[in-house]
Amino acid sequence: MNDFPLIFEITRTHLMSRFKQTVVAALGVTFGIGTFIIMMSFMTGLNGLLDGLILNRTPHIQIYNEIKPSASQPIDRAAQYKNSFNVVHAIKPKNSQERIHNAIPLLAQLKQNEKVKGATPQTVSKVFYLAGSNKLNGVINGIQVEEEIRLFNFEDYITEGESKSILKRKNSILLGAGIAHKLSLSVGDKIQVSSANGGIFPLIIGGIFQSGLAEVDNIQSYVNIKTAQQILGEGSHYISHIHVKLWDIKDAVPMAEKISTQYNVSALDIETANAQFETGSDIRNLISYAVSITLLIVAGFGIYNILNMFIYEKMNDIAILKATGFMGTDVKWMFISQALIIGLIGGILGLVLGFGVSVLIDHAPFNTEALPTIKTYPVNFNPAFYIIGIVFALISTFLAGYFPAKKAQRIDPVEIIRGQ
Amino acid sequence: MSLILETKDINKYFKHPVPFHVLKDISIQLNEGEFVSIMGKSGCGKSTLLYILSTMDTDYSGELYIDGNKLTGLPPKNLARVRNESIGFVFQFHYLLPEFTVLRNVMLPALKLGKKSKAEIKKDAYEKLDMLGIKDQALKKAAMLSGGQKQRVSIARALINNPKIIMGDEPTGNLDSKNSNNVFNIFKQLSHEQNLSLLIVTHDLDFAKKTDRIIEMEDGFILSEMAVL
Repeated sequence: MNDFPLIFEITRTHLMSRFKQTVVAALGVTFGIGTFIIMMSFMTGLNGLLDGLILNRTPHIQIYNEIKPSASQPIDRAAQYKNSFNVVHAIKPKNSQERIHNAIPLLAQLKQNEKVKGATPQTVSKVFYLAGSNKLNGVINGIQVEEEIRLFNFEDYITEGESKSILKRKNSILLGAGIAHKLSLSVGDKIQVSSANGGIFPLIIGGIFQSGLAEVDNIQSYVNIKTAQQILGEGSHYISHIHVKLWDIKDAVPMAEKISTQYNVSALDIETANAQFETGSDIRNLISYAVSITLLIVAGFGIYNILNMFIYEKMNDIAILKATGFMGTDVKWMFISQALIIGLIGGILGLVLGFGVSVLIDHAPFNTEALPTIKTYPVNFNPAFYIIGIVFALISTFLAGYFPAKKAQRIDPVEIIRGQ
Repeated sequence: MSLILETKDINKYFKHPVPFHVLKDISIQLNEGEFVSIMGKSGCGKSTLLYILSTMDTDYSGELYIDGNKLTGLPPKNLARVRNESIGFVFQFHYLLPEFTVLRNVMLPALKLGKKSKAEIKKDAYEKLDMLGIKDQALKKAAMLSGGQKQRVSIARALINNPKIIMGDEPTGNLDSKNSNNVFNIFKQLSHEQNLSLLIVTHDLDFAKKTDRIIEMEDGFILSEMAVL
């Protein structure tokens, strides 16, 4: 197409000569693309927030020792009863410790695995929180706070005080917000906890922990792992949970299986634990795409209409261009390029509009009890949406222009000229 | 003198609304530098013949030659090229692109042909407009001109690629007698001075009488060909 500059010049003159119609058509695309960007950014931002609420702080694999009855009883191993039907009544689990056997070498091995981003031990202890005559039952997690911050964004959930206080002082505790509220306690106050075996420990509140999930905030608190081991009256080898974070979440299922068979422990992977979140995100994304595509199709019909009318207005021009030696394909490209220019200008303005509104939303205040660390609406500024947006704008305007352009290509100049 | 345009036994039928034999065995010849008019009552098929000669209508039987080349059966792309390069058109209604300037309207066919640089084409266009006495209108929008001026612009456009032949479909049909005379004089001058062939369909007997030869048509036949003395 060495004629392209000429075709483009005619196209430009046509577009400029009916500036208002061009602007209206382009605005249709602008709103379509703008809405697409806004919806996708906001929706996926929200999805990310909700997923993050659960998934970011949920370990990819949780390793623990579950107390359960043995799957195979001694009689099953006896050769002489191998082919008989054995029934054993009232099987009870064996009395064993809640801690993970050989937790420290297991931890060391996990940390060496190249798929593992990090593994951190926890010592969980059931306790009562004591304040005056009130007793609240709850759970204290002994953690290595620096690893928790690195792997599970632990810092985000400390609303008052500071997370590292439990490193500085052995008797410091990060108290769940629900507990603090119920017992009217704040940072710097003292609280006593009593462990299952009866010991009472005075602790100082170094920070308030709020996850946004009431069931967690009402019972859970965090202390240094050594403190938790002391509350339980156990040594430094007592580790009840190991939380593993992987580089790639997809490795969670096979790895959990491998760990549980290799080390004879229970290993729960994140997909089994939180299957519903994936589904929720997918459906929300699907809805956003469906709405946006509908908007773009409406914009496409607008362009189709305007170009169609324009071709009727320009019958004479098309006839004379053909009579003076322009080919059908020249005329076709004239109209397709008009549609594409409308699509490109409208699309780019749409991206600007989408970005602008997204920035506004991103700065709009959003305070909620459930999400203590979130101060503004979450927005996902993923460049992929902008690429999809402009590509879709061009494709839809191309299609909207193609059919009227085809019609213009087929116009018989003789019929037009005779008709006068 | 060489033949510029020749037809052999052209026949055309309209199928709608009822089958109708419009053109019957039309064979005509046009020499270089000849100024020929086609006359006839309306409905006699003279415009239909002109559209076939102009290569825009390809639905006919028979053969068409322009400048010795057979055009019958060529693909649309090649015919568009022939129209662009070898034929200039002047219609009853001026058919300019209203949003473009007069200058651009004249330049467009040459830009499409692409044989000369833009600067050369511009110079040519000014020359043609000057020749037709409308150089001062060059930068106006085509829609702003009067009828007679528009017709002169369309003649300038027809001439821009230095065609072999100019075809006109009642080019004076919409003009008053003064402008009509003007256009005739321009055609006459082109035919005599630049040795251009002209084939003009017209109703206007006064106009036809002044041409070199009149082809008279009736009911799809050529009734007579007479040289005007």
